[in-house]
Amino acid sequence: MSRLSEDNVRIALEIIGHYPRARSATIPLLHLAQQQDGYVTNDAIRHIGELVGATSAEVLGTATFYEMFKFEPVGKYLVNICRTMSCALLGGDQLMHHAEHTLGIKAGSTTPDGLFTLEHAECQAACTEAPTLQVNYRYRFRVTPETFDALIDDLRAGRLDSEIPPHGTVSRVRQRIPVDRGVGVVAPEDVTTAPSWMLAPEAAK
Amino acid sequence: MTSTTYAHAPGFVAGDRPQIVTSRFEYDDSYTLERALATDGYAGLRAALGRSATDVHDEVKTATVLGRGGAGFPAGTKWGLTPQAVWPRYLVVNGDESEPGTYKDRLLMERDPHQLIEGCLIACYAAGLSQCFLYIRGEMALAQERVAAALNEAYAAGYVGSNILGSEFSVDIVLHWGAGAYVVGEETALIESLEGNRGMPRLKPPFFPAAIGLYGKPTIVNNVETLANLPWLMRNGAAAYTAIGSATSPGTRMVAVSGHVKRPGVYEIINGTTTFRDLLYSDEFCGGIRDDNELKAFVPGGGSAPWFLPDQLDIPFEGRVIGAAGSMAGSGAVMVMDHTTDIPMAALTLTRFYAHESCGKCTPCREGGTWLMRILDRVVAGQGTQRDLDQLLEVGATICPGDFPHASSERLGIAAVPFPYKMTTICFVGPSAYTPVHSALTLFRDEFEAKLVRRTFIPVTGIPVTAVAQ
Repeated sequence: MSRLSEDNVRIALEIIGHYPRARSATIPLLHLAQQQDGYVTNDAIRHIGELVGATSAEVLGTATFYEMFKFEPVGKYLVNICRTMSCALLGGDQLMHHAEHTLGIKAGSTTPDGLFTLEHAECQAACTEAPTLQVNYRYRFRVTPETFDALIDDLRAGRLDSEIPPHGTVSRVRQRIPVDRGVGVVAPEDVTTAPSWMLAPEAAK
Repeated sequence: MTSTTYAHAPGFVAGDRPQIVTSRFEYDDSYTLERALATDGYAGLRAALGRSATDVHDEVKTATVLGRGGAGFPAGTKWGLTPQAVWPRYLVVNGDESEPGTYKDRLLMERDPHQLIEGCLIACYAAGLSQCFLYIRGEMALAQERVAAALNEAYAAGYVGSNILGSEFSVDIVLHWGAGAYVVGEETALIESLEGNRGMPRLKPPFFPAAIGLYGKPTIVNNVETLANLPWLMRNGAAAYTAIGSATSPGTRMVAVSGHVKRPGVYEIINGTTTFRDLLYSDEFCGGIRDDNELKAFVPGGGSAPWFLPDQLDIPFEGRVIGAAGSMAGSGAVMVMDHTTDIPMAALTLTRFYAHESCGKCTPCREGGTWLMRILDRVVAGQGTQRDLDQLLEVGATICPGDFPHASSERLGIAAVPFPYKMTTICFVGPSAYTPVHSALTLFRDEFEAKLVRRTFIPVTGIPVTAVAQ
């Protein structure tokens, strides 16, 4: 159970600084907490509430709405197999069946070694490449039982570490707005006039 | 007719057609600023900044750039719906693409983030929007990385931020990412999510986001593909844009064809004139049904769209025509089922999706969607009764009272009911759970009946004995 580390608090404050209202940073900060611990801890929820000015219940309320946030430990690799129409038409269910056998677990559970969590997923937006799966939200297209087994072997052996970070990290690139280049945020209630580039033509009318 | 695929852009298929939004896809480094600048990148922005904001807005209105997210509302008109003299105004980019069958926005973000950024800037300039939030679906890790890197490059090079290209025009683009919820693709839910809340749609009317949106201020919500059209439009003008496509649907649009076809893929097609027969059967596109099987049915516009039968193959991909025929062009996703398809099972995969993704705000969707899924599940498992089939339609009628849109069928002797439907929910998730059930059950009721349990009664004891059909 842990709050955000000092480094992550720095990142959190930078993220909050992008929005006119701190509450807007709730989801990005939940991702940050999940990146730190692999799942969202109760302490992190309390901490995020303090940072964005919301109660823990409000942050928890937001967090539980979204599928990607986990509230208990999951495997290092979260394997999501799509089962919506296009994938189902081309063997998504058979792939899940095979995956359950290969990993020795049912969908929704984690292997005893804590390496893999297997889940059903809804449409992953790669329908022409069916059946698809995602490992920690990295795509694998046109997966066959053979390529699935090879993927699991590669993950076990750590051969994909450079491509697939452990669960919790989604985007490895963070947006940085340079101080000298950013416009900066203004509270919505403090703006009463049109932006400067709009004034000229409207005044001319 | 040539069709080309690229190893670096899996799923995308190029051809001898005009390319408005996919012209950079051929380069494997299409997502870098260097490549963008070498191929007219930010030239559209320069052209826009050389003109007044009103001028640029008028150009977009003249070109009738239709929204590509699903509703097909013209972008220029949408920008004009903001109330007079209320500031600030925001732009929210809807990159929460998750409609079953659709994946044009993911490709556009992964392959050409600079084009999207340029489009955002043009929209902000024309409509006087002072901050832009780019909302990307949580599960799209690569798209997030590419857009984040592109934004960092663009900030450093002076294309985003204060005094862009030395002009008065200043705007911040903030990358925001979701966390897995289909309903957030609805624009008011997107705004709720962006404010840090549960992503539940707001009640509308009376107030649409253009009047009261993010932080209670006027907000324009545009789809990724819609904005990606703007750089080309600014470089080439409205006349060149409307010269492509049909009068009511100008330009091109991205269409993903998946399921039982020989060459599934994402194609940039000429809007409004390409027919489904072209799409499914011509060598330029999918090249026919897999194994030369017979076509059974297809979904024309994403999982929410009522299904079409082979009778409707000659309908062009044009919003109004598809609407009149009883379905919708939606988000540009065609899903094809050949004659081997188990129709009740196919309907279940879609209904399950919508039942799963219901946010729970409106009772007819929260309860009705789940009921539909459970009853359908029972039928597919071979344990349904005749009563279940009627129950499916009854539950559906509580979500969508009145005539439900559907295609005409010669085989069944029924006439088309045009889109849209009446609904008892705020957004389209509820009706979408019913759509596949209604289509499948109206058009293929015999397949459901074949799955029903046969019940026989032994008169003496009255204990029902069940036996699976066959």
